[in-house]
Amino acid sequence: MSTTSLPASLAGIRDEFLELPENERLQLLLEFSQELPAIPAALQDRADLYERVAECQSPVYIFVEVDAGSLVHMHATAPAEAPTTRGFASILAQGLEGLTAEEALSVPDDYPQSIGLTRVVSPLRIAGMTGMLLRAKRQIREKTAS
Amino acid sequence: MTVEFDSGSPKFGEYAHPGRLVTGDWLEQRLGQPGLVVVESDEDVLLYETGHIPGAVKVDWHTELNDPVVRDYVDGAGFAALLSRKGISRDDTIVVYGDKNNWWAAYALWVFSLFGHEDVRLLDGGRDRWIAEGRPLTTDVPAPAPTDYPVVERDDSTLRAYRDDVLAHLGKPLIDVRSPEEYTGARTTAPAYPEEGALRAGHIPTAQNVPWARAVAEDGTFKPRAELEAIYLGEAGLKPGDDVVAYCRIGERSSHTWFVLQHLLGFENARNYDGSWTEWGSAVRVPIVAGAEPGAIPA
Repeated sequence: MSTTSLPASLAGIRDEFLELPENERLQLLLEFSQELPAIPAALQDRADLYERVAECQSPVYIFVEVDAGSLVHMHATAPAEAPTTRGFASILAQGLEGLTAEEALSVPDDYPQSIGLTRVVSPLRIAGMTGMLLRAKRQIREKTAS
Repeated sequence: MTVEFDSGSPKFGEYAHPGRLVTGDWLEQRLGQPGLVVVESDEDVLLYETGHIPGAVKVDWHTELNDPVVRDYVDGAGFAALLSRKGISRDDTIVVYGDKNNWWAAYALWVFSLFGHEDVRLLDGGRDRWIAEGRPLTTDVPAPAPTDYPVVERDDSTLRAYRDDVLAHLGKPLIDVRSPEEYTGARTTAPAYPEEGALRAGHIPTAQNVPWARAVAEDGTFKPRAELEAIYLGEAGLKPGDDVVAYCRIGERSSHTWFVLQHLLGFENARNYDGSWTEWGSAVRVPIVAGAEPGAIPA
């Protein structure tokens, strides 16, 4: 997968952040953290499916599902005391939701650095979101390899 | 000192500097008192926004205490600008609290101390205990009137150790506050923490391994002095008056231990090596010991 193109969903989220002055972007990230969907009931007892994102300081686990129609659904769980991490997961879960596997794999790896948060949350913290994205893409690759 | 010390706790009374800690009761009764500023400092940069102690201001170590370019803290002018913006005066009493048993709060306290801010205290038990005790939280962000905090140059010679200071210090006590896995060299990051880059694994020769969290009781507060002495003087072999350096990975967990050594146990010559393992473990030809034994100083 050598070409990259940004799906409209993630481009929209990026623009939402960039339209805000820097000091208001944390508030938007907080809103995202509050919108992180709960894990579907069918997946709640399936800790075995989830992968720990080691790049994040807080315990966050992701599971990316590629359904029968080859559409992507990312599920994530992170504690309430880790709102930054929840916000990152929520952006990716919302942004990847319903994309085809091919569209999701074309998301640029440096998307997290493009949404105007690097300075407000720090480069080290944004690296956690990059780790999350790369792991999600790897899961998609594994699940679509035949 | 602007605000009286918390003298209501028998546990605090046994510490070397009892005035460095306050309880939730003490703080809740004094919220809003002139001369008292509450500062929240967390690992998670958004946690403050989810709710904080009424009137508390946020100080983030990544984005506010660190210099954005050089691996260092802000300078005197930067610190003055930061504290002025937060509405803190030089003679204010500051109470810092935060997540993770006050890791980052202790780090902030240590940095404030480098600039000689005299009266900085920790809320015993930190953010989690405040919440567990059912005390008030708010999402209202205060807009303090800016102050005119003076420009004071940082003193890096008293509470801070650089790599060369540690090399010269070899032979005197060192406390490695990282996890046993990091100490032995099985890994270079805290368990479940991101890789922040160190090319070698292990510890500084002769360092005793006392993970920082051993200073904390189950409820998140600091252990009583007798228990701390059993750990640091008993097990780790420190002697009163020792010149001791603590280190971890980037200097934050060791700020917590530095606080214990300096303020709770009274080691007046305790220093924090903030370069810590991310510097030592990547520096060329500094001595390193791998394995569970402290090891010897190379001849």
